[in-house]
Amino acid sequence: MCLAIPGRVEEILHEGGLRLGRVNFGGVVKRVCLDCVPEVQVGDYTIVHVGFAIAKIDEETAKKTLKDFRAMGVLDAEFLSEEDVFARAAATPQSNCPDGSCKP
Amino acid sequence: MKYLAEFRNGELARAMARDIHALATRPWKIMEVCGGQTHSIIKNGIDQMLPESVEMVHGPGCPVCVTPLELIDKALAIAAQPGVIFCSFGDMLRVPGSAGDLFEVKSRGGDVRIVYSPLDAVDLAMKHPDRQVVFFGVGFETTAPANAMSVHLARRRGIRNFSLLVSHVLVPPAIEAILESPGNRVQAFLAAGHVCSVMGYWEYPPIAEKYGVPIIVTGFEPLDLLDGIRRAVRQLERGEARVENAYERIVSYAGNLEAQQLLARVFEVTDRAWRGIGVIPRSGWRLNAEYCEFDAELRFRVGGIRARESSLCRSGDVLRGVIKPSACAAFGAECTPRHPLGATMVSNEGACAAYYNYGRFLSAAELAGAGRAASSA
Repeated sequence: MCLAIPGRVEEILHEGGLRLGRVNFGGVVKRVCLDCVPEVQVGDYTIVHVGFAIAKIDEETAKKTLKDFRAMGVLDAEFLSEEDVFARAAATPQSNCPDGSCKP
Repeated sequence: MKYLAEFRNGELARAMARDIHALATRPWKIMEVCGGQTHSIIKNGIDQMLPESVEMVHGPGCPVCVTPLELIDKALAIAAQPGVIFCSFGDMLRVPGSAGDLFEVKSRGGDVRIVYSPLDAVDLAMKHPDRQVVFFGVGFETTAPANAMSVHLARRRGIRNFSLLVSHVLVPPAIEAILESPGNRVQAFLAAGHVCSVMGYWEYPPIAEKYGVPIIVTGFEPLDLLDGIRRAVRQLERGEARVENAYERIVSYAGNLEAQQLLARVFEVTDRAWRGIGVIPRSGWRLNAEYCEFDAELRFRVGGIRARESSLCRSGDVLRGVIKPSACAAFGAECTPRHPLGATMVSNEGACAAYYNYGRFLSAAELAGAGRAASSA
């Protein structure tokens, strides 16, 4: 739950008093709050936790980490849609294992 | 599995493992605090690459695991109220309270929603001014800035129908509680990399000095973990007790100052009950007086709810690193991921769930027992 995922800032917008970015996480694009990383600009990489950017990182590190996290299944787990989360919960009665790894 | 094979056969990983074997001349117990690191260690088989003398002890750093049963019950009570939109991360959905879970509340007609970010819940509150939108904000220091921003934003935008059911926990007081506990076996710590990316690691040198333990700021990828373990063993063998940063590409000594200012503006330090461990003084954050109008516990008057934990469960001993999950009599028998008794089996980042899912360290008899329990579930 505490993993921060690297992504590339594709666009920066100012909305409702927030500095927001459209951040691309290896293909999945999310709206992310950039308020606490003022140094991050379009084209930079930043690590993001639950829609909130916490640090700038270099491109090489970001790409390597994204590759590792994809292989470890972290990206799939992070960006499940709401429908998928509920579908998994429905398919796993009395379970607390959202990623379905608890094999009966 | 291809990834796993590539990692374990990779030259760097093998070289690091060889280093650790060469360094370790005595038995050492090293705790990784973070649940994400526990998961990575077990899933990637890092513990199996280590010499027998180096034992990884799994810490209390899974936020789902340490969330008290009482708070889950409060969440269920709020989510079931008419007019409420209850927002959460997906991994809280199936965490059992005293009676039922959030998914069951939804099945009975409750409006429970999964969001990617607490900031999405603020947007929902703007879209539904006639409803009460509540976000279930649990987590360590990594998650706290986003939660702090959600109430800060609600205040700035004049959104009064948003609130936070919040229970933040902090890593440094947990490390101290483990070191102070009778029967503690932990001799060194891997500090959680992403917690430190927010907070820096200025809080750790006094702990390393006071208790004489090496603390290594460590990342989550397999090579990061091997590097952190290698540095810990090297310090232990030399009799050193320093804080080292093995995650320099992401973590600085000071951390993210903007985020720390935001946290200081919104939260204040408080005592927190950790599921399975009990109350640790000054180990969490709650909304401060200036922001307490956004506190869902006050808004929905659920502060009086009390819950009782299972007496069979030894998750407190597991969380403190006193026993391995498989040493608990209930493990794989009364307690499985489908019917968890306690904290560490609840979340899939929990040490008991990780052991169960990857069949780790079980004797043949225990494995047979676990198989029977699971197939009858």
